[in-house]
Parts: sequence; structure tokens; C-alpha cells
Amino acid sequence: MSRFEYAPAPESRAIVDIKSSYGLFINGAFTDATDGKPFKTVSPASEEVLAEVSEAGPADVDKAVRAARRAFERVWGPMAGRDRAKYLFRIARLIQERSRELAVLESLDNGKPIRESRDVDIPLVAAHFFYYAGWADKLEYAGAGEHPQPWGVAGQVIPWNFPMLMLAWKIAPALAAGNTVVLKPAETTPLTALAFAEICQQADLPPGVVNIVTGAGRTGQALVEHWGVDKVAFTGSTEVGRSIAKAVAGSDKKVTLELGGKAANIVFEDAPIDQTIEGIVNGIFFNQGHVCCAGSRLLVQESVYDEVLARLKRRMGTLRVGDPLDKNTDIGAINSSAQLAKIRELSQIGEDEGAERWSPDCELPAEGFWFPPTVFTGVSQAHRIAREEIFGPVLSVLTFRTPAEAVEKANNTPFGLSAGIWTEKGSRILWMANQLRAGVVWANTFNRFDPASPFGGYKESGYGREGGRHGLEAYLAH
Amino acid sequence: MTTIDSGVDTLADVTSSEDRLRRFLLGLPGVDQVGAEARAATLGTRSIKTTAKAYALDLAIRMIDLTTLEGQDTPGKVRALCAKARRPDPADPSTPQVAAVCVYPDLVATAKHELRGSGINVASVATAFPSGRSSLAIKVQDTKDAVAAGADEVDMVIDRGAFLSGRYGMVFDEIVAIREAAGDAHLKVILETGELVTYDNVRRASWLAMLAGADFIKTSTGKVSPAATLPVTLVMLEAVRDYHEATGLHIGVKPAGGIRTAKDAIKYLVTVNETAGPDWLDPELFRFGASSLLNDLLMQRTKLATGHYPGPDYFTLD
Repeated sequence: MSRFEYAPAPESRAIVDIKSSYGLFINGAFTDATDGKPFKTVSPASEEVLAEVSEAGPADVDKAVRAARRAFERVWGPMAGRDRAKYLFRIARLIQERSRELAVLESLDNGKPIRESRDVDIPLVAAHFFYYAGWADKLEYAGAGEHPQPWGVAGQVIPWNFPMLMLAWKIAPALAAGNTVVLKPAETTPLTALAFAEICQQADLPPGVVNIVTGAGRTGQALVEHWGVDKVAFTGSTEVGRSIAKAVAGSDKKVTLELGGKAANIVFEDAPIDQTIEGIVNGIFFNQGHVCCAGSRLLVQESVYDEVLARLKRRMGTLRVGDPLDKNTDIGAINSSAQLAKIRELSQIGEDEGAERWSPDCELPAEGFWFPPTVFTGVSQAHRIAREEIFGPVLSVLTFRTPAEAVEKANNTPFGLSAGIWTEKGSRILWMANQLRAGVVWANTFNRFDPASPFGGYKESGYGREGGRHGLEAYLAH
Repeated sequence: MTTIDSGVDTLADVTSSEDRLRRFLLGLPGVDQVGAEARAATLGTRSIKTTAKAYALDLAIRMIDLTTLEGQDTPGKVRALCAKARRPDPADPSTPQVAAVCVYPDLVATAKHELRGSGINVASVATAFPSGRSSLAIKVQDTKDAVAAGADEVDMVIDRGAFLSGRYGMVFDEIVAIREAAGDAHLKVILETGELVTYDNVRRASWLAMLAGADFIKTSTGKVSPAATLPVTLVMLEAVRDYHEATGLHIGVKPAGGIRTAKDAIKYLVTVNETAGPDWLDPELFRFGASSLLNDLLMQRTKLATGHYPGPDYFTLD
């Protein structure tokens, strides 16, 4: 062997025991659905069927909400904060103990590389539960008044891009604040939520405090529209977010929405170049670009455009696309055929509108859903690929001349979830951060998450904040 | 960051005066500490198994500068080390030889004699190693002595005091003088990154050494902590990659000190592969300055071939 070819290094599947079928998790037990049809969840890397999952219909959702209501009124609501904390700490420890299994399961069901599920997703899941466990007995210091009270039952709908992490973002603060929850995972990625249901059993969490109802849009609709839900939390597309906002309008339900994005990742001529290239790669290719805060619009100062592009392309040539369970994989599978079709369609539109498309040579597996890391150059603000969320490994590159122009272009989008700034000049970072209308502004890094840091959007990227003290506030009446 | 890609002509220009050199070095793109360390950590998570591991272990052995740099070194110690260099694992003749044996100048002749006909180089530290605190005349003589005794490679140290006080021209001139004194010997320039501290300094010192004629840039003497680290080596690999892009010349990199396990060595090889590229996966362009690393590589090599770990007593301690 004359070259350093990395031999396959797959993480073993044997650690996960996937059942052939799953019921709904209502009132502490797995139960059969009464009025929905079962559906299959597949591994997007191979299209292999992993399990059959129940679809919750309106009657099932009703059962789940009633169970949550009972648990809220009789057990969880009245329980002392320090005792709720014990359960949350126990859940966090169980997640850590089962982290390898959960990472494999997440990669199987979602298609993301094991390196990410193992090193990012699952550690952050545990961190969120630990963080909010610490708040449970200190709610009066959360800035939500002297005697903050939980709302009651939270109806939560989460997306498929970070299945278990989004579950943690939703469930941990809700429970810490004393609410009970009914959560609907995405239809393509229900398995880690069902594994979490088992963890709730293992932790002896009182029945009804956490309920998991699987299904698609219909199930989610039944949940957010249910009269017994006090608080709705949704993460997903702007389109669905809009329909949820309409559905709850006129009711007294509290809502937080965390929606789409088209983040600008802004590179100045004095940027730390090698780390900037890493940040661009991490900004758009992390999790196959299935990230609402992805840095999908690269704004490069024109004076360094050629150098940045050359270095970016060289770096993209070293990205390893393939088996999500291989520990050396950098980019895994696209989550579903529907998402793949959307990425292909928007990329085609990019080409048709005159942008130049480039991908490194990479062999894609024959089975499953795959899209190569792609960069579009010659993109202007008028192109659809510069305006619409592609939600895939596709980067649009634009240029700017001055800081003011960078701000103008960065803000010229209906979204406002995140932004990145790359420069060695501290004063410029602070000035830019004040000008950018985005919920998160990263300086000389990108896609960094921490449970103590609030996250959320401006404009069509949604409202409300998750994470940190701010995320707790959304679950407290004051 | 426009300076790097501007080509050979401009690079010759930047060394034409102290002022230009200074402006060039200070104009190099910055290194973000958090980002560089995160990148190194990610590269460290690569999982190298089976055939890839076998390749990496043998390559790592071939890249070793087997080193002894102690006040208590004797001809006997050096003879033993040379025997080890020739035949690292007496139980397995398929084991490759190391690249070089690295000693103090006064022991070069002994090493040279012991290694005759083996193809293994003798490397000598020089220039008032490890502190470099002496006059240029003495450093030049130190180098000449080593070469006269038969050193194939010279590992010099830069004047960190001059570098940290911004006298880049002085550091540059000194490297040029040693380059000349070393004649045909391969020149490795030790930056002593543990004393330069910041990654910005590591990048500047790397360019300074390359511009002055280094064949290799080397992290450390092994006498200062921290010695080699993965992020420091990453920054140096980026420098040789960029220098190659600008000039077409290949400069080698040698992390030295603190690399003791096969697992660590493989992380370095992954970093080489994914930063400077496969060209650098060659003892001509990448070395490990190490001593105890060799036995761990041998142990892992035996484990891979036989399926079990032999005890440490099955490997020679020279």
C-alpha cells in the first residue's frame, strides 16, 4: 500500500436492540394505537427497514394529553423542585450510560455520521438534562418572577435532523419547570425518542410525565390543536410553523417556534484562514447541512475570494462521504428521499439560474439517499439558492466589499437564526454582532452549542428562545 | 492573508531587508487557537484499523529519529541505540529500520561507525543545543564539528530570545549561517514551540525557518515542556503545505518529544495525511523525534500480526 487508505472502521450495531415494532408511550407504558395505521422507519443509508412504528390518531393523542394532565395535577406539578431534579439527574446519567447505544441508534435512523452522534448529539443531550436538572429547585432565580409556575401540559413537535437533541431541548426545560409533556418525534426518526421512553421507565419517572406519540403531520396537528395543551413548542420548517401559529391563534396557548434559516457566514480578509475554512466546512457540511442554523450563505470579502475558494475546495476534497456507522465518515446520508428530492431540485434551480456548481470527486453508495458536498459560486442575492433554505450539504458563495455591505447582505433575508463572523479584529466582531439580525452570532467558530446558551430566531426563523435561563422562561408562567 | 500565495519572486523579496521580513511575518494570517485545537482533536478521532494500522505502524517506525540527548550519554549507550536502530525487533526481521539516530556532536563519530552500511542517517544536534545561548561563531563551529564527524543531518535550535524580542533578521541570518556551515547535511530547524507559546508565533517561526533554507522544521528540543503537540504540528504542516504551494518546494516536519505511544503516532500521521497531504507520508518529509515510541510501535505491530500483546520484556530496552 503506497497511500494511507483508511480501512473500514464501523461501529458495531450489536449494541442496539431494535424491536420489530413499537407502540405509543402513554402514561408510562407502551400501548397499541387505537386509530392509526403503523408505518415503517428506514435507515436512510441503506433503505433497510429498521422497525414498524405506530401512528397516533386523535384518540391516542387525546389519551396522551389526558395522561399528561393527570400527571401534572397529581404528581409532577406539586412535586418539590429538588425531587424533580433527582429524576432529571437520573435520566441524564442513564443517557450517559447508554450513550454508545443511543449514538448508534441515532446514526442508523437518521443517517448522520457516528462521529457526530457520538461526539456531539448524545453528549449534548446528556448536558441539557444535567443543566436543567440543576434549575429545577432554583426556579425563583430564573428571572421569571418570585413564584414562577409551570403552564401545565406541553405539546412538543420536533424535527428529524437532531432527533434526540431536539427532544432534550424540549423535554428537559419543560420537566424542570414542572410541566408534563406529550412529544411527537419526526416520522422518519422516531427510534431514539422511543429509546428515551424506555429510559423514562428505567428512571422510574412517574407515569404520564413524559408521553411519546409517533406519527406524521396529522398526529402533530392533533397534538398542537388539542384543547388540553397549554404550551406548544415546535422546531421545524417555517411553513409548518406558520400553520401551527394559525392553529393556536385565538387560544390561550403559549407558543415557541424554532424554524428555518439561511445563515450568513461572513469571512473578512484578515480572517484566521485555516480555521475559517474549517468553520465554513463545519458550518454547512455538519449533519449533511440538515441544520436550521447552517452557514449556508458564505459571504467572502472580494479581496480574498480566490484564496478562500481554492482552500475550501482543497479541504472539501478530503471529506469522507459514506457509511454513517464508519467512525471515519465525515458526511453521512440524506435523511429521506423527499429531502433528497428537495435538495436536488433546488440545486438544479441554482444551475439553471446561472450559478456554477462544484463538488469534489466522491463515490456515493448505490443504496440509500446521498448527495455530495456541493458549493455554488457566482451566486447573487437574487438567486433562489441564496434565499431559500436548502437544508442539505449545499453552500452558496457570495462576495462583499465592505463591512457595511456584508451586514446589508447578511440581513437581507426573511430568516434570522444565526450568523458567523471570521476576523482577527475584535472591534469588528462586536460591531457586526450588533448589526446582524440573527439570534445566534458566532465569532471565529460555527455550529457550537451549549445548554447554557439561549438559541432562537428573528423574523421567519421563529420566536422564543430555547436553552439557558431564557429557555426555562418559556415553560414558566409569570 | 494575501501574502502566502504570491509566489517565489515575492518570497525572495521578503527576505531582502529586516523590515520587509518583519512585515511579511506579521502579515501572515492569524491562527485561531480554539479552532486549531478543535481541528487537531477531530483529526485525533480517526479510527485506524487493520491494514491501515499495519501501514501506519511500519511507516511510523521508518520515520523515527531514534534519539538520546542526555548528559550521561556514553559511547556504550550510543552503540546500543544504533544496534536497536538497525534491528528494532530482533524477533521479527521484517521490521523496518528507523530513519536516523540523533545524538550530541561528540558522539556522532561513534554513531557513524556503528551505523556504517545500514543506510541509517546520523543526526546531530548543534548550535549550543538546547538553549542556543552562545555566540554565532561557536554555533557555526559546533555545526562544523558535527558535520566533520560525519553527521548526515543537523538539528539546530533558533535563538528564541531574538525571535521573541522581534529581531527576526537576526534569527534569519543565523539560520542562513548554519545552513552554510552544515554544507550538504540536511538542516532541521528546531523552533522550540513550547517557548514560542502562541500558534501565531509558531506559524511565523515556521515561515522564517523555511525562508532561511531549512530542510525540515522541528517542534522541540525535548528539553522544554510542552514539547510536540498535535495542534502545533498541525500549524507547522499548514505552513509547509502553503510554502509548497508558493514555491513548489517540499519542506519536512519533525515533531519531537512527548510522543510515546503508537496511538499518538497514528494521530500525527492522520494529521499529515489530511493537512499537508500524502506526499509528506515519507521519512524524507516527516520524522518523529522519539525514543520510547519505538517499543510501543513494535508491541502494537506484534499484536496486529499475532493477535496478542507480548510483555514489555520481549522488547529490547536500548
